[in-house]
Amino acid sequence: MRREQLKDYFSEARLFRNRAIVSIIMILILIGLLITRLVYLQIIDHKHYTTLSHDNRVKLIPIGPTRGLIYDRNGIVLAENLAAYRLEIIPEQVKDMEQLLAQLAQLVDIREHDLKQFKKSLRQKRTFDNIPLRFYLNDHEVARISAIQHRLPGVEIVASLNRHYPLGQTFAHVLGYVGRKDIQDLKDIDNTNYIGTSHVGKSGIEKFYENQLHGTVGFQQVETNARGRVLRVLQQTPPTAGEDLHLTIDAPMQAVAEQALGEFNGSIVTIDVRNGQILTMVSNPGFDPNQFVNGIGYKEYSALRESDSQPLYNRALLGRYPPGSTIKPFIGLAGLKYGITNEHYEIFCPGYYIIPYGEERKFRDWKKNGHGTIDLKHSLIESCDVYFYDLALNLSIDRIHPFLHGFGFGQKTGIDMPVENGGLLPSRQWKRERRRQPWFPGETLNTGIGQGFLLTTPLQLATATATLANKGKAVQPHLVLGHGLSKNNQDIDPLLNTVQQRHWDYIHTAMTEVVHSHRGTARRIANKKFKVAGKTGTAQVFGIKQEEEYEVENVAIKLRDHALFIAFAPAKHPRIAIAVVVENGGGGGSVAAPIASKIINYYMAKDPS
Amino acid sequence: MNSMQRNRLTEPNQQIPLFQQWLQQLHIDFPLLVSLFILGLTGLFVLYSASSQDLNEVQKHGIKLGFGFLIMLFLAQLSPQTLKRWSPPIFAITILMLVLVILVGVQVKGAQRWLDLYLFRFQPSELMKLVAPMALAWFLAEAAMPPRIGRLAVSVVLLSIPVVLVAIEPDLGTSLLIASSGFFVLFLAGLRWRILGGASLLLVLLAWPLWRYVLLDYQRSRVLTFLHPENDPLGSGYHIIQSKIAIGSGGLYGKGWLNGTQSQLDFLPERHTDFIFAVFSEEFGMIGATLLILLYLFIIMRGMYIASQAQDTFSRLLGGSISLTFFVYIFVNIGMVSGLLPVVGVPLPLISYGGTSIVTLLAGFGMLMSIHTHRKMLSP
Repeated sequence: MRREQLKDYFSEARLFRNRAIVSIIMILILIGLLITRLVYLQIIDHKHYTTLSHDNRVKLIPIGPTRGLIYDRNGIVLAENLAAYRLEIIPEQVKDMEQLLAQLAQLVDIREHDLKQFKKSLRQKRTFDNIPLRFYLNDHEVARISAIQHRLPGVEIVASLNRHYPLGQTFAHVLGYVGRKDIQDLKDIDNTNYIGTSHVGKSGIEKFYENQLHGTVGFQQVETNARGRVLRVLQQTPPTAGEDLHLTIDAPMQAVAEQALGEFNGSIVTIDVRNGQILTMVSNPGFDPNQFVNGIGYKEYSALRESDSQPLYNRALLGRYPPGSTIKPFIGLAGLKYGITNEHYEIFCPGYYIIPYGEERKFRDWKKNGHGTIDLKHSLIESCDVYFYDLALNLSIDRIHPFLHGFGFGQKTGIDMPVENGGLLPSRQWKRERRRQPWFPGETLNTGIGQGFLLTTPLQLATATATLANKGKAVQPHLVLGHGLSKNNQDIDPLLNTVQQRHWDYIHTAMTEVVHSHRGTARRIANKKFKVAGKTGTAQVFGIKQEEEYEVENVAIKLRDHALFIAFAPAKHPRIAIAVVVENGGGGGSVAAPIASKIINYYMAKDPS
Repeated sequence: MNSMQRNRLTEPNQQIPLFQQWLQQLHIDFPLLVSLFILGLTGLFVLYSASSQDLNEVQKHGIKLGFGFLIMLFLAQLSPQTLKRWSPPIFAITILMLVLVILVGVQVKGAQRWLDLYLFRFQPSELMKLVAPMALAWFLAEAAMPPRIGRLAVSVVLLSIPVVLVAIEPDLGTSLLIASSGFFVLFLAGLRWRILGGASLLLVLLAWPLWRYVLLDYQRSRVLTFLHPENDPLGSGYHIIQSKIAIGSGGLYGKGWLNGTQSQLDFLPERHTDFIFAVFSEEFGMIGATLLILLYLFIIMRGMYIASQAQDTFSRLLGGSISLTFFVYIFVNIGMVSGLLPVVGVPLPLISYGGTSIVTLLAGFGMLMSIHTHRKMLSP
C-alpha cells in the first residue's frame, strides 16, 4: 500500500512536471508575441504614432493683427481702435453661479437679454471656456468690478480692440466702416490671413484699403489636453499690425463743409488742383458708422435703408445729377476751340430759342424776357441759355461728346474708393444703342445747358473743374496720401491740348466775373481779398411743359431744382477746385455758391499764400 | 539547490546565514518578495504619473499594497494542509455570497458585483479567483492523477457554478479568470489531451449561440470594436486608438517619467486602472516595457518552480494554477492595451489602481510562499 502511494507520488510529480513544461513553453511563446507587438508599435510604427500623438496635443491658435489707424492730412485720428471691456465668466471656477450672477447684477447693469445669451452659451461651451456676460462695460463698471475681482473667482474683465470713428457722421461716407466678416467677405479675402480677424472693411476707405489696413495674422502653437484646454504656448509668431493711412482730407475743412451744407441733402467735393488730393468730400445726410461696427440692429438698419433721404448712399461718388449751367464753361470752351463762336460773336436772346428749320418748339431761357444782344462772356456771367442753345446746336453732339469726354465726364474718375458711378455723357451712338432711337437736335440743345441725358457726379464735376482750372492738365483724384494714386500724372487730353491759351484765359476771366462782376450770378460771394472763378447752375429735377410756369410755391420740396456751383480759387493761380450740389436747394447763385464760398474762405484763410 | 539546502539544514545553525533562517521562520520566499516589492514600487511611480501627480491617490494605492502584503505574509504562515482543509467550506460560503450578490448586491456602473457589508464593500467574485482553484485542487487531490472521467465531470460542474454566477453579474473578465484558473488545475492534474481536444471543439461549436444569446450588447460591441477600432473612434474604439498612440509614440526609450503627453494631457482614458500599461510604455518606452514583462516572467517562473517543488498534489495544482492565472492577467491586459485582444476589464497585476485585485493577487502569492516554506525536509 505504501509502496503504491510512493509510486503514485513519483508518476504524479512527473506528470505535473510535463504539464508545467508545456505551460512554460506556451507562456514563453505568448510573451514573445507581446514583445513582438511592442516592437511593431514602438519601433516599426513609432513615427506614425508620434505624429498622431503630436496632432493630438498641438493646436494652432491664430492671433488677429491690429488694424491700421486712419488719419486726416493733419494727423487727426479718423479711425482708431479703442479698448472695449467685456465681462466674462469661467464656469469651472465658480462655486455658485446663481449667487455670482446676483452679485454681479449689483455691480453692473445686466439685462434680461444678456442673461439669456449667457445661459445659452453656458450650456454649449466647455466649463473652462470664457463665457461673455456683458459687452462694452463703461469705465465705472470696470472700476467697480476690478476693485473686488479677487473676491470673485472665475470673473474676468477682458479687453479687446474695437474700431471707433471719433468724428462719426462727418467721415461716414469717406471712411465707410468695418463690420463682422460674413460669408460674402470670405470669397474676397485670404481665409488664412483672416482666421483671427472678426471685422473687415465693408465700404469706403476701410474696404478699398482693406489689404493695407489689415496686416498679417500671427499664430500661437499651443499644447492642449484631451478636452481642448490650452496648457502652454509652445511657439509664437506675432501678428504684423496693419498699415496706418493718412487721408488727403482736411478734417476741419470737412467739418466746415458739412456745416455749410447744413440741413440740405447734397454733396461737396473739394480737390487740390495741383495734385488731385481730395480735401473735402461731403455727402449729406450721413449716418453714424460706429453703429455698424458690432452689428446694427435690424430696425435701425431698415430705417436707414428705407429713409427717403438715403443716408447710406455716398452722393459724392454715386449721385447722378444734371450739371445744369455749370456745364456752360466747358461748352463755351468747345465753341471757341472749334471756331463756332469767338470773343466778339453776339446773338440776340428774346427769352426763347427755336431751332431753325425745325419744328415750332420754343426752348426757353430761364430769363423770361431774354438777355437781349449778348456775347459768350456775358452769357456765362448771366448764364444765358439761348446763347448756349445756339452754340450747342452749331457744335453738334458729335463734337460736344468727345470734348466733354476730355474733361472726364461720363467716365469713372478712378478714385480710390470701392464703388463709383461714371455718370452719363450722351452721344449719338449711345442713344442708338441704348434707346434704339436717333439723336434729335433738341437733345443737343438740352445737353448744351447741362440738362437732358447728361448726368454727372459731384466728384466728376470737381475733377472737371480742376482740369479746367489747370487749363487742360488732368489730375487723378485720390483720398489717401502716398499710395500709388498720389503720383502726379498731369496728363493732358490730346483734344484739350489743342485748345489755345487765350481761349482758356477767356473762360477763366468769364468765370471770375460770374463772381466778381455786378451782373454775375454768384456776385453775392465776391470778396476783396482774393478772386474766385465759378459758375452757378440750377438743374431741373422734373420737366415742365412749355406752356407751364415754374412756380416755386407750387412745387413740392422734393421736386424743387437742384442748386449747383463749381469754382476754383484763387482765380489767377488756382489751388483748389470745388463742386457743390444742393438737392432741391433752388438757385445755384443763391444757395450753392454761398455754401462753396464758406469752404473756399476757410481754405484761403488757412493757407493764404 | 535542494540537496544543498537539505544538507545545510542538518548542519549547525551558524553555517546557515542568519537572514535566511529568519526568512524560513517567517515563511517568506525572498525572490518572490523582492520582485513583488519592486513591482509594487514601480506601480506607485507609474500611478503618480498616471493620476496627474495626485499623491493622495498614490497614498491610497500604497495602503492597499501594504494591506495586500500583510495578507500575503499572513497566508504564508498557514500550512498547505490547513489551506486544503478549509477549501471546501470556503468554496461553499463564497458560492453563497455570489448568490447573495445577485439577490441583494450593490450596483455599480451597470454591474452587480458588490456586497455591502456596512463596514466595507466586498467583491466575492474576486475571492472566487483563489477559492475556485483551491476547491478543484482539493477535489482532484483526493484521488490519483490523472483524474478519471467521472471526477473530471464533477470538477467541471463545480467550476461552472461560480463561472456562470460571476458572468451573470455581469463581469466577463473575472468570470474568464475564474474559468481559466480552474482549467489550469485540470490541465496540470493531467487532463488527457484527447479530452482537451474534444472540449475545445465543443467550445468552438458553442461559440455562435454563446455570441448570439449569452453575451450582452456591451460585451459584443467590445469584441467588434476590437476587430475594427477605427469604426468607432469616439466611442469604445477611442480607448484602443489612444492606447496604441501612447505605446507607439513612446518608442524605444520612452518620453520619460511624467512626460507622456498622451497620459498627462488626458488623451488616454482609464489610464490609472486598466490602461496603465500604456502610460508605462509611453513614458519608459520599449526598453522599460520589456523589462517589466521580464520581471513578470520571473515571478511566473518562480511560481512554477515553487509548484514543481511542492510535495503534495494539492500544493502543486494550487501553486501552478496561481502562477498561470497570474500570467493570464498579464497577457490579457497587455494584449488588450496594445490592441491584440478585445477590451476586457482585466487589470495589470499590482500596477493598476484598484484594491480588490491587489489583495487577491498577493493572497495568491502568500499561498505560494506557504507551499514553498512548509515543505518537510528529509533528514539524512
